[in-house]
Amino acid sequence: MIIGVLALQGAFAEHIELLKKLKVDAVPVRLPHQLEGLGGLIIPGGESTTITKLMANYNLTHKISELAQKSFPIFGTCAGMIVIASGVANGKIEPVGAIAIKVKRNAFGRQVDSFETELSIPVLGKKPFMGVFIRAPLIESVGKGVEVLAKLADGTIVAARQGKLLVCAFHPELTDDLRFHQYFLDIISGKR
Amino acid sequence: METGTWRVKVGLAQMLKGGVIMDVVTPEHAKIAEEAGACAVMALERVPADIRKAGGVARMSDPSVIEAIMKAVSIPVMAKCRIGHFVEAQVLEAMGIDYIDESEVLTPADQAHHVWKHDFKVPFVCGCRNLGEALRRIGEGAAMIRTKGEAGTGDIVEAVRHMRAVQDEIRKVINMPENELMAEAKELQAPFELVAEIHKTGKLPVVNFAAGGVATPADAALMMQLGADGIFVGSGIFKSSDPEVRAKAIVKATTHYKDAKIIAEVSKNLGQAMTGEDVKQIPPDKLMAGRGW
Repeated sequence: MIIGVLALQGAFAEHIELLKKLKVDAVPVRLPHQLEGLGGLIIPGGESTTITKLMANYNLTHKISELAQKSFPIFGTCAGMIVIASGVANGKIEPVGAIAIKVKRNAFGRQVDSFETELSIPVLGKKPFMGVFIRAPLIESVGKGVEVLAKLADGTIVAARQGKLLVCAFHPELTDDLRFHQYFLDIISGKR
Repeated sequence: METGTWRVKVGLAQMLKGGVIMDVVTPEHAKIAEEAGACAVMALERVPADIRKAGGVARMSDPSVIEAIMKAVSIPVMAKCRIGHFVEAQVLEAMGIDYIDESEVLTPADQAHHVWKHDFKVPFVCGCRNLGEALRRIGEGAAMIRTKGEAGTGDIVEAVRHMRAVQDEIRKVINMPENELMAEAKELQAPFELVAEIHKTGKLPVVNFAAGGVATPADAALMMQLGADGIFVGSGIFKSSDPEVRAKAIVKATTHYKDAKIIAEVSKNLGQAMTGEDVKQIPPDKLMAGRGW
């Protein structure tokens, strides 16, 4: 199985490296035809305005939206979560609208407010997961059929799943912890 | 919950990779840059070409200029302080700027020392001409590096020279036996630990963008193919005849840097590029890249 990583802008190389550690073949995706034959797609962190504009340029928005409707597995981290959300509270972003969540961009402030914190993510086991939040978004509300996977201490939703769609507001690809990516692989294979 | 960690500083630069950071002097410029797909903007009073023309002492921009730009866009906003001017850096941090460029484009405030960047929560990007300079800056706490090129010229030749120098030296460090690393660190005038880290990991510990002379989509793609993680465009956009179209084209060429057909397509009908200046015609004491120690 080959996983695609959307490589228009942002931390795509980090996801590819992490997938390699899990012994999974990963390829960068920049044009629609490169989506063919993939087992799943990761949309990385980066600038959501930049990524959505570059997606629209070469018809990737439409193609990815179509795939999501056919329950194609997609994992979005940070900007990637914004890209596949159904609604964005602030900013002129046109998301793909795949997963029934409403998100808020730059929800914690500017870069000086970026932070790391240990998260409890029950689906990944008891050991805490280090959440790296960089000018991060948050999930304001979730729709029907969306499972909340992680919250901050104050109750803010920062990770969720709907069917084969997975999102988080933080960056597992900036850590050495492989569990979040393994969870995505388990969703693809139907184990989870 | 911890803010200002090394990981979130380096991490923001990682999120900027594959993108274009554009110099802007007004909120209107900033909006054009954001609309064109810039991954961040650099807020300035004057672009480097105008700083070069004006002469005199170039300082940190007026905070009101920077603030107006921060309000205008939702993408990260960077701003420049003078080399060694840690109070300008403190001011920028207090304003909530997302990244500080300790830049040779401004007139240096200290002829021996750069800002001790570990003291700050806000991350810094610094310029370099070779690996030794890059590693000294990282040693001082820079969370991102850019090769200097020669700002405000529209001439790519120095950007190429500096990127090749950094990449050549990295390859050399990777391939040399471990027992030669100390002498190499001495040669590079770089911290040994960072030289050893490159030998082990095979790459710089932080993101490295290209800057100083990018004027066309092909220039941007050239720097990406030479190993840059992303592109700074200073005067190249807003000193051209049609900034909006050129900005979009440079963004696309940076993403699709290996796809010559796309680069050809986006390079059509861009209007006049910035006139520029041949670096060889500039007297040595007017070159900016030599600033920094």
